Amino acid sequence: MSSPASTPSRRRGKRGRGSNPPTPQDARSPPSQKRRTDDSTSTGDLQPMPTSPPADVQSPGAADALFSSPPQFRHSAIPLDFDISSPLTYGTPSSRVEGTPRSGVRGTPVRQRPDLGSVRKARQVDLHSDGVAEDIVATEQSLGQRLVIWGTDVNVASCKEKFQRFLQRFIDPLDKEDEDIGLDLNEPRYMQRLHEINMVGEPFLNVNCDHLRSFDENLYRQLICYPQEVIPTFDMAANEIFFDRYPDSILEHQIQVRPYNALKTRNMRNLNPEDIDQLITISGMVIRSSQLIPEMQEAFFRCQVCAFTTRVEIDRGRIAEPSVCKNCNTTHSMALIHNRSMFSDKQMIKLQESPEDMPAGQTPHTVALFAHNDLVDKVQPGDRVNVTGIYRAVPIRVNPRVSSVNSVYKTHIDVIHYRKTDSKRLHYVDEETEQKRFTEERVELLKELSKKADIYERLALALAPSIYEHEDIKKGILLQLFGGSRKDFTHTGRGNFRAEINILLCGDPGTSKSQLLQYVYNLVPRGQYTSGKGSSAVGLTAYVMKDPETRQLVLQTGALVLSDNGICCIDEFDKMNESTRSVLHEVMEQQTLSIAKAGIICQLNARASILAAANPIESQWNPKKTTIENIQLPHTLLSRFDLIFLMLDPRDEAYDRRLARHLVSLYYQTEEKMEEEYMDMAVLRDYIAYARGYVNPRLGEEASQALIEAYVDMRKIGSGKGMVSAYPRQLESLIRLAEAHAKVRFSEKVETVDVEEAKRLHREALKQSATDPRTGIVDISILTTGMSATARKRKEELAQALRKLIQSKGKTPSLKYQQLLDDLRAQSDTAITKEMFEEALRALADEDFLTVTGKTVRLL
Amino acid sequence: MPCVGDWLNSPLGIVQGIFAQNVPNSDWEKKVTEYFKEKLKENNATNWVPSLNDVPVHYLKPNSLVKFRCMVQDMFDPEFYMGVYETVDPNTNARVLHFGKYRDVAECGPQQEIDLNSSQTVTSERQTFYCVPVPGESAWVKEISFLTEPAYVSASQARVSPSTSYTPSRHKRSYEEDEDMDLHPSKQKEQHMGKSCCCGSDIHGCVEPKRLETEASAGHHVISPNCSPPLDLNFPLPGEKGPACLVKVYENWESFKVNDVLEVFGVLSVDPVLSIVNSEERDSSTLDPMECMDTAEEQRVHSPPASLVPRIHVILAQKLQHINPLLPACLNEEESKTCDCSALLPVVSNFMSELSPVRAELLGFLTHALLGDSLAAEYLILHLISTVYARRDVLPLGKFTVNLSGCPRNSAFTEHLYRLIQQLVPASYHLRMSIESMNHSRFIPHKDYTANRLVSGLLQLASHTSLVIDETQLEQGQLDTAGVHNVTALGNLITWQKVDYDFNYHRMEFPCNINVLITSEGRSLLPSDCQVHLQPQIIPPNMEEYMSSLLTAVLPSVLNKFRIYLSLLRLLDYSISDEVTKAVEEDFVEMRKNNPESVTADDLHKMLLVARFLSLSAGQTTLSRERWLRAKQLEALRKARLQQQQSVNGNEL
Repeated sequence: MSSPASTPSRRRGKRGRGSNPPTPQDARSPPSQKRRTDDSTSTGDLQPMPTSPPADVQSPGAADALFSSPPQFRHSAIPLDFDISSPLTYGTPSSRVEGTPRSGVRGTPVRQRPDLGSVRKARQVDLHSDGVAEDIVATEQSLGQRLVIWGTDVNVASCKEKFQRFLQRFIDPLDKEDEDIGLDLNEPRYMQRLHEINMVGEPFLNVNCDHLRSFDENLYRQLICYPQEVIPTFDMAANEIFFDRYPDSILEHQIQVRPYNALKTRNMRNLNPEDIDQLITISGMVIRSSQLIPEMQEAFFRCQVCAFTTRVEIDRGRIAEPSVCKNCNTTHSMALIHNRSMFSDKQMIKLQESPEDMPAGQTPHTVALFAHNDLVDKVQPGDRVNVTGIYRAVPIRVNPRVSSVNSVYKTHIDVIHYRKTDSKRLHYVDEETEQKRFTEERVELLKELSKKADIYERLALALAPSIYEHEDIKKGILLQLFGGSRKDFTHTGRGNFRAEINILLCGDPGTSKSQLLQYVYNLVPRGQYTSGKGSSAVGLTAYVMKDPETRQLVLQTGALVLSDNGICCIDEFDKMNESTRSVLHEVMEQQTLSIAKAGIICQLNARASILAAANPIESQWNPKKTTIENIQLPHTLLSRFDLIFLMLDPRDEAYDRRLARHLVSLYYQTEEKMEEEYMDMAVLRDYIAYARGYVNPRLGEEASQALIEAYVDMRKIGSGKGMVSAYPRQLESLIRLAEAHAKVRFSEKVETVDVEEAKRLHREALKQSATDPRTGIVDISILTTGMSATARKRKEELAQALRKLIQSKGKTPSLKYQQLLDDLRAQSDTAITKEMFEEALRALADEDFLTVTGKTVRLL
Repeated sequence: MPCVGDWLNSPLGIVQGIFAQNVPNSDWEKKVTEYFKEKLKENNATNWVPSLNDVPVHYLKPNSLVKFRCMVQDMFDPEFYMGVYETVDPNTNARVLHFGKYRDVAECGPQQEIDLNSSQTVTSERQTFYCVPVPGESAWVKEISFLTEPAYVSASQARVSPSTSYTPSRHKRSYEEDEDMDLHPSKQKEQHMGKSCCCGSDIHGCVEPKRLETEASAGHHVISPNCSPPLDLNFPLPGEKGPACLVKVYENWESFKVNDVLEVFGVLSVDPVLSIVNSEERDSSTLDPMECMDTAEEQRVHSPPASLVPRIHVILAQKLQHINPLLPACLNEEESKTCDCSALLPVVSNFMSELSPVRAELLGFLTHALLGDSLAAEYLILHLISTVYARRDVLPLGKFTVNLSGCPRNSAFTEHLYRLIQQLVPASYHLRMSIESMNHSRFIPHKDYTANRLVSGLLQLASHTSLVIDETQLEQGQLDTAGVHNVTALGNLITWQKVDYDFNYHRMEFPCNINVLITSEGRSLLPSDCQVHLQPQIIPPNMEEYMSSLLTAVLPSVLNKFRIYLSLLRLLDYSISDEVTKAVEEDFVEMRKNNPESVTADDLHKMLLVARFLSLSAGQTTLSRERWLRAKQLEALRKARLQQQQSVNGNEL
């Protein structure tokens, strides 16, 4: 009688027990065996330890006898409120039939939790008493302390009480989770949640296991180890509190507690037999979801003869059809009535390991999930989710007629809680996930590193060590990796300021540009690598696709959108066709992508930094031409790059020597030495991720002054020679670079040093790319207008010379084209190409001075 | 035969014995592996184990010990199985413990039932790999490794012979020859060493040329006749045959990667129950939602009929550095320190001593093959021994893709060249580029989420596979999306030695180590490390005849030496002394001083690569000044030839 609450054993009468001595359960015990398996034991043979199964053999008959009358037992043997506190009856179909007093009164029905496997019911055993059951009943006050659920060390009453205390008291003012918006951090957090439930009427209470752990370590452990028993207890606790507070509230069904963020397992690869039947949280990507499966929870049978009805619960996917009617004793008269049976929704989902978790060179693992009731259809294929659930393993019977069993278990996870990890990615920075990745030691190490005076140089050196020198370029890319600070000016109507730094590398083929791109792509978590040759505008932006299964239109994102918050590496930028390139205009300044296609009009965020590489049009860089002439890219696009570097082959003996040594060393160094480099790459990656996640520098007063001066200086240089050498865009670039440099130092404030370096780097890049080859002067207008000021001036002069020439010929209405060119050439002291000549003609035609028709030039 | 004992025929019996002895504690598993390790160490013991590569499945006894040389094509999800379980006799209540390791089905007697709730049950984990025979494995590899299993083959000859192409008489002859013609004393030691080098080199005798000829046209020889099912066995290369296998690994599965080449020893399981399981499950799936979690496709792929895809429960597995049966399985790598390979080193050093004549002969052979062009032959040798020995961040070091341009177009030269290469390297594939093949074949492996498997593609190849791309057949035409992707993938493979497998929602990078040789008329559209323009000295009127006579002229023993040469040198270490570094530095600076345009960093890369392989090809593990000069000279010759070519037909570049 000690465990009268044990509802019918789920394996009643299946087979007897051998006379094995009780063995301590180790973690490798069979999946379904750890607990609540031996439910056929009866009252007299309670064992003192929760972890080992009783040794006795229970006759099937006894269990059947128990089965027939659980309610009576409960009421007679256990004090009044036991049925409420007992998880054993909670949520089971039988309890629903009878109506739990509380739920019956309040009008909020209990709902089954198929995610917990309601079929399996546990029973309690007394921890201390070996004696007969009556003893326990007698010592009523000790009951709460001494009863534990069989096979566990969970005491229902104390567990419930602890959880209630947790709900009522837990405050974590340090905690800031995005879903906490609107919560008062100094009030008990979960009480506010309950209030919310009352307001909204969604009867689910999500509980962060991390909170529970910091509140009560032991309770947390119990939850992880025995979720199937503990969660119903939590449910009860939550419901009691809730209905105490809001007695008039009527919910769809009783509140269900959904724990999440169990720290047990993060990675699918680490799942092992020890995790079976435990609460785990794993992350992954949904790759497939099944259609809704109605799963029968309880079958309803009616006797064809006497119309006697009975209900049969499902037992591990099977219904034991009653062969004899209990009322009239007719055999095989019971028929299943479908529409009076109880069903629950169920969905099978395949979850695949997320690519980040995968060790190199292996294929991803998958795991099956079962979602129940309202969790059905909560996720779609392609979603990244964190799933909290109970890991299950079920043996497969080969064939009902053959006794041998396939020795492999089927495993799945019963989902209790989903948490999408990337649903917000398109809207704002998901800093949370990135921040959580670092252990304290790691952060210490990174901070230690950041204090080094030469950290900037160090990191630049660690970047792509196999590429020799090109230090400034590496520094530029390093700053790009860190990026500037994000500024929001939406309230003044200007929207977001771009924080990303765009870099263009151009230069001779074979100067390891691609290698640098490839390195960056491998370094950053959200990098994309495309080649201008192969990608179309569609591949870069987004396109609408018809899903082959649902025939539904789906927006598929391209490289630029995918590298939101990352770096999009575009190789062979010059080979990209015009229409594709035009897409980049919007992305590179506004950081968004507008799509109007197939009825879908939207604007996607594409806050990608762009690292592009371009080859000169003549395959070899022509030092006599300007950057624009060499790479033939529209200046509108070029001006959007913060830094444009030329990667040229330096002609310098000392450089050659160092380069040679560097290369030779590549060819005999051993793996181990390379390993060291690799370590650096990991540190570098963490360093950048940390800085991006945590450091958000603001301009200091001095730095602002320095920036202003720098800008004014830049403008001054030009104004002396009658040309503009800097535009506001350059100022913005400077600010971004300075911010990025401050980030490198983990500094929250941009200081003069940062501005100095930004200035230097910017000048360096300009010196390389914006030098007018004819005059040797740095001329920003090469980049902003595509033509140097001197070139423009020369064009002007030529046109004037031509006009003079024509005027000098007197009043001739028309001139021969070739003749005119020859005359002009003879007159001029510099070489005049046909193109220049035509350009001059065109200029004059624009002035309505002449028209060109075929081979003749007519004066107007 | 004394040693073909129970451990070969009924390994599970042995396991049962060990299990019964040690049952209370769990170290019986360790003892089992130790036992088999011991057994396999014995004289030639590995050769007694029948190989699934050579013997059709239906001639192998179920539950016997087999070996399989294979490549991991896909990795399935780990399985939980009953490591130890208990059966109960319902009548007598007698309980017996069993082990579930190395088995698919938990067996029990007719009167017994498995107690799923027993406290004795131990749940363990194992990993399933889907393995296929090494893609593109040359016929000679199969043949030689087949013939090195004398014991088993002769023992089971009576049964095996009717279905295979090997007749007992022929086999016997070659075996005798092997003993008669003992030309190479060095081979003796190898024989002693378990992994079988002895027979290979001499085995072919005078029948060899004939056989090679037929093989060249017939393609793969050793195939199991029952393996041409409607079920897609997911071989990377089209037209491959052989058994695919579900390999269940019990230990250390983290150390294996996709595309690794393994040799596994394990228990063959072809229990027909397995197939029944599946059909039953499929039927009952409507009833039982628990079991319908996998789609029908997934079922089909993950538990195909055991007769088509047998299971091997691995007792011992090792990664193979190479698949050349003429060389011992483990060479002078770290393994030799631990395992018993120390005696192998003499074999290697013996071979090293006669390296230069072998090299000279090989050079001569290849010169003929390349129509008398010795420079191209030199580069071809370098190419064949090249291997990615390290990666420096993203840069793979040691890849040496050669573009052999100027190939005669119409004479099927490339076809024949490939056949020659096939005779030399253990694994190879000939990729004939055409608009059609580019657009319609599957290069990149991709994940099929319905069946939950990695569908293989042409580029899923094991390390050291020679990929010969024939561009001479390529015509003008329009590449579609698939074609562009395929060409990009080829380009990536050549430049970065990696293939991005398509996982639909994301891509994943798999590094590889594949030797790519491109034959083309002009410069290839694919990138390459070095372009060698072929200058044929002779144009044979009948290419077919010329090439086959070339092969016939080579003694099989010499051919085998070539094979050893190429496989062995690839595995050597290499270093450059400080002095030579200095000299190289000086040289580079000097060259740049004269004409900075002529020598770039890229050229230095190439020269260092050439120097590396040139040294290795002569068996030298350090760079000497002479080799460096020779490398420079070779490069200069090659470049001169290219320039000449450019000036001949002006606009070609």
